[in-house]
This record gives sequence, C-alpha cells and structure tokens, in this order.
Amino acid sequence: MKMKKILIAIFAISLVPNISFAGPKAEVLHWWTSGGEAKALSVLKADFADKGGEWTDMPVAGGGGDAAMQTLKARIVAGDAPAAAQVKGPAIQEYDDQGVIKPYNIDAVAKAEGWDKLVSKQVAQHMKCNNFTQYCAAPVNIHRIDWFWANKKVLDSNGIKMPTSWSEFNAAADKLQAAGIIPFAHGGQPWQDATVFEAVALGIGGNDFYKKAFIDLDQKALSGSTMVKVFDQMRKLKSYTDAGSPGRDWNVATGMVMDGKAAFQIMGDWAKGEFSAKGLKPGKDYYCSPTPSNKGYLYNVDSFVFYNVKGADKLEGQKLLASLIMGKNFQKVFNMYKGSIPARLDVSMADFDDCAKKSNADLNAASAAGGLMPSYAHGMALKGAQSGAITDVVTEHFNSNMSSKDAAKKLAAAVKASL
Amino acid sequence: MEWLKKNLPKIVVAPSFAVLLWFVYGFIAWTFYVSLTNSKLLPNYEFWGIHQYIRLWQMPRWHVAVENLFIFTILFIILCIFIGVILSIFLDQKIRSEGFLKTIYLYPMALSFIVTGTAWKWILNPTMGIEKFVNQLGFENFQFDWLVTPGMSIYTIVIAGVWQSSGFIMAIFLAGLRSIDDEVIKAAKVDGASTISIYMKIVLPMMRPVFMSAIVILVHLSIKSYDLVIALTAGGPGISSDMPAVFMTKMAFGRSEIGLASASAIMMFATVSAIIVPYLYSELRREQDVK
Repeated sequence: MKMKKILIAIFAISLVPNISFAGPKAEVLHWWTSGGEAKALSVLKADFADKGGEWTDMPVAGGGGDAAMQTLKARIVAGDAPAAAQVKGPAIQEYDDQGVIKPYNIDAVAKAEGWDKLVSKQVAQHMKCNNFTQYCAAPVNIHRIDWFWANKKVLDSNGIKMPTSWSEFNAAADKLQAAGIIPFAHGGQPWQDATVFEAVALGIGGNDFYKKAFIDLDQKALSGSTMVKVFDQMRKLKSYTDAGSPGRDWNVATGMVMDGKAAFQIMGDWAKGEFSAKGLKPGKDYYCSPTPSNKGYLYNVDSFVFYNVKGADKLEGQKLLASLIMGKNFQKVFNMYKGSIPARLDVSMADFDDCAKKSNADLNAASAAGGLMPSYAHGMALKGAQSGAITDVVTEHFNSNMSSKDAAKKLAAAVKASL
Repeated sequence: MEWLKKNLPKIVVAPSFAVLLWFVYGFIAWTFYVSLTNSKLLPNYEFWGIHQYIRLWQMPRWHVAVENLFIFTILFIILCIFIGVILSIFLDQKIRSEGFLKTIYLYPMALSFIVTGTAWKWILNPTMGIEKFVNQLGFENFQFDWLVTPGMSIYTIVIAGVWQSSGFIMAIFLAGLRSIDDEVIKAAKVDGASTISIYMKIVLPMMRPVFMSAIVILVHLSIKSYDLVIALTAGGPGISSDMPAVFMTKMAFGRSEIGLASASAIMMFATVSAIIVPYLYSELRREQDVK
C-alpha cells in the first residue's frame, strides 16, 4: 500500500510542469561533424557553456545536409522545432513563409547589437525574414566558391602560371595533358558539376549574365548563345578529367592535386582544410586563385536560423546563441578552422592565411564592382526546386555527349517547368 | 472468463493490427493526399488536383528513373532466379561439404547493400578495379568502364544486386528442392527420364510456390532499391542511373518538393501493386482450386 502511494506521488510530481528557470538552453541541429568542422563548432559550444548555457547537440551527419534537412522537417512537422538549425540561403525565407519562424525572437538582439553595420548589406539580406525586415538568422561565415586550387610543383615544372582567362587555362591544360598529368581533378557528383558550372558561367558570361541567368531566371539568358559557350567550356573541362572521375568525392579530387597526380581543381575554400591537414602551405606547396572572371565572387554564407520556440529558457538560449555567433571570438576562430572568412566585417584578418586574406580583399573589390554573386550550386541564389532543375541539366550534359545547344535549350525548359 | 478465452487471440492481435493499419495504410493514404497538394518545403493540405502528377511526368529525370527501374527489375529478377536455381540444383546433388559451399554463396546476403555497393564501386572503378588489374596483366586495351559510362551504369547496379541476392534465392530454392519427395524423382528415373528433363519437367513445375515467394521478394527489393544505388553510383554519372526511390528522397529533402515526391511515391506504390496484386491473386486462387 505504501509503495503505491509513493508511486502516485512520483507520478503526480512528474506531471507538474518544470517552471523553474534553469538558464539559457538551446538545441542546435547541424551537420558539421567532420574533423575541422566539428572542431570549429566546438568553439561555439564552449562560448555558450561559459555564459551558463545548456547546449543540446543535434548533429545529423551525411548526405551533404540532406539527412539533417530530413530530421529538421520531421521535427517541425511534429511541432517540436529545434532552437536553431543550420539553414542557409532562400530556404530561410521559405521556412518563414511556412510560419514556423515568427515572431523573430532574435531580431531584438540584432537591433541592439547593430548587425546592420556589422555585416555587409548583401549578407544581411539573407538573414532577414518577414519580407526582409527582421533578423531571423545569424551568419557564420563567407565561403568563396570560385577557386582554382593547384599543385605548385606541377605547375612550376611545366612552366605554367595560374591562368587569368579560360583560354589560358585551356592552353595550360593541353600542355599538362601532353605531359601525362591529369589537368583537371574533378569529382563527378552533381553538386560538384554544378560548382564548376557556375564558376565557368560567371567567368565566361560575366556578372550581368550570371545575375540574369541564375537569379532572375531569365529565359533568354538561360537558352542564349552565351550559355552555349558556357556549356562548350564544360565539355572542354570534361575532356581534361580522368576516367575515374564520376562519383568521386571532392576531397579525393583535392588529394590528387596534393599528390601531384592532377594539376587543378575548382572547389570552394573548404578544400583548403585538406591542404592544411597535410601541413601544406599556400604559395609554397599549392596555389589558390579565383577562377577567371571580371571581378566576380561567388559566395556561400552558412547561417543558423532560429525557429519559434516556447519557454523562457529556450528564448534566452536563442538570444545568447545569436549574440555569440556574431561575437568576434567565434567568427574569427571558427573561420580559421573552416577555411572561410568571417561574415562580420570588423574582424581582423591578420591571423588568417594568404588565401583567406585574398578572399577578403576580393570580396570588397567584387562588392564595389557589382560582381558579388550568391552561389546557385550551394543553395544561395535559388530555391531548391529551381537550382535542382538546373543541376539536373548541367550534370546530364557534363556526363553525356549532349550538344551545348541542346543543353541550353533543355536548361531553359527545365527551369520553366520547375516554377 | 469464457468470453476472454474465446477472444484472447483477437485481443492479442488487435494492437499490432491497429499499428499496422495506421502506420502502413494510414500513411499510404496520407501520402496520396499530400501528392494532391502543392506542398513544397513542408506539407500543406490545400487541394491542388493532379498537377504534381502532370509535373512529374513532364520531368525528363523521372523518365530516366522509371526506365532504369524496369531495366533493373527485369534483369535482377531473371538473373537472380536463373543463378539461384542452377546453384541450388548443383548443391542438391548430395555433394560433399555442401554446408560449407552453401555458406559461401549465402554470405553476401549478410552484408548490407551499402557495403556491397561500396565494394563494387571500387571493383568496377576503371582507375583502380578490374580494368586496371587486367591492364597490368598485360592486356592494355582491355576496357571495363560501365560504372562511369552513362547508359551502362545501371547494369553495374544489376551486377552488384545479383551478386548479393542470388545466394539467398539459392537457399530458398534449395529448401524447395528438399521438400520434394524423393520417390517422384526415383519413379521418373525408373521411367528412363534424364536428369535435365526430371528437373525441367517435374521438379521445377512442382516448385511453383517457391517461384512465387522468390519473385515477390525480388520485386519489392528492386523497387525499393535505394541504398545500393546511393552507395554504388549515387545515381550517376550525372543522373543516368537514377531510380524512383532515389528520385523521391532527393525531391522531398533536397529540393523542397514534398508534393512532387509524394506523387512519385504513389507511382511506385502503384507499380508494385500492379505487378504483385494480380500475381498474388492468381496464385492464391490456384491454391484454392487445388483444395
């Protein structure tokens, strides 16, 4: 009998909601689980714990974020959104349209800390909800996509300089191929094909063309003669790859450049992490330079979006987290590990390596020249349906003998069908 | 008490029945409804008619996926059953160390499709697998690059799938062969039938139900095939080895097209039903007729 009473008492206690305030809490969903990325994120965890916060980690590895998105959607549909999740680009506004972000809890923090002055206008725009009026996400970094990575020894011994135009690159590649070196290390996965494609499109088509085609989705630009030229260059690039390229992971391709089996790779600046992990130095062991373009710069801004959560401790957690993400310490240390540059403008670049310094200088130059463009391949320019439709055609063309004209026509049709 | 005794089996089965009803058939109905909406990032429930189906069938990528599904399913089933039957007949000849051989053929089944896919990805890769090996043996012109050739990559998935599953089919057929009365075979031998015609004309026709189980298992394995494709080719090169299950996941979680993905799921469901239901129906009716 006594036992029964105790059980009832325990049960009753468990029913009383926990109303005591237990410090800021945040559950964070992300897919930064690999070595460098995990290390980078642990900086934020430490910062959060120092301020008395309780961090619940929710790492979902695999699939380039697809698996994480799967988990995230399931949680949101179940009405149990995490405090923050790694979401970027137009997807942020897409979530807002579904009404799961309102009432923009971190906007107060952003206004109080003056984020409008801390980040560039273009980055700020990506972070805002409610018709671009209120902050609902915090930027973590700026990745540059349009990079050439090259093996210094291979280039030097063949008398080749980093190309400043695509025809220069083609000439260099022909020379290397004759010398028995794979000119272009490429991982033939759709997103990597798309990464190369957008760098080529920005270079050959120019800034206005890129904007028309991949931001405005202008039918004429998508099917026009410039696009045909872009596909022609893609076909050329394909001929510079080796037979084992389809399906290869990007870091394996980077490894080929490191080992001197291949000369060039086009990849975002996370590739630098692979070089650094082997103790290689930019300028000494490898070259980094932007792919040829007219002061263009393709960016990918990673960010955390803050969902609508209930409970004072969780709201405090969100505010604290938002403030820490924008903190100078995190922005600096995180990006040194990650290979990117800080989204915050007033972080000193002194401790960064040469590639990052160059990225930062180019960013400002591109911003002034109107060449600062969101990456379509990495989900910064378009919604998933449209960018996916483009990638389908790009990868199909790259991996078959489709003519450039047909590809351009198909591209325009696929985009139209996806709208 | 009497009532309880009478109804106990029903009561015990009821929860699992309810769970099945909800989580399988309930969600099939839910998916069907979502396929009729304009759901993008998250499901919404506003009716939109059959637009998603129209969009689906206008997508070239979906056509690639469906075509691949047919190629894969047909070859996978025929080859698995063919190899499985041959192996089981050989093993049925009362040979020595049968258990050992059986284990060898059955073992691939113990691997997950992810492992199979990854292993075959390396074996078939022209720069480090079979092609390189044969080239190093001195046959420099030997080429085996299906894995990286659009249009051929789907056949590499067939190879890996058959390698994995034919041992299992062998085990099913072996069990079937063992259940056949020896007397039948002996009688046929007395009548002077050759071993081949005994198997072709007497034993295999008697194993109809075994064929049925094998085909049902293989059909659903092939339509669901996702992990093997992801591990082996990830749908590549390009989108040339895409399959409906891969397409569906990509649309739902990579592209925020939940409505479209649901439509493709329903198409897959319809395909399975169209193949399996008539087959089950005819087989079950035959059983009833026999009774």
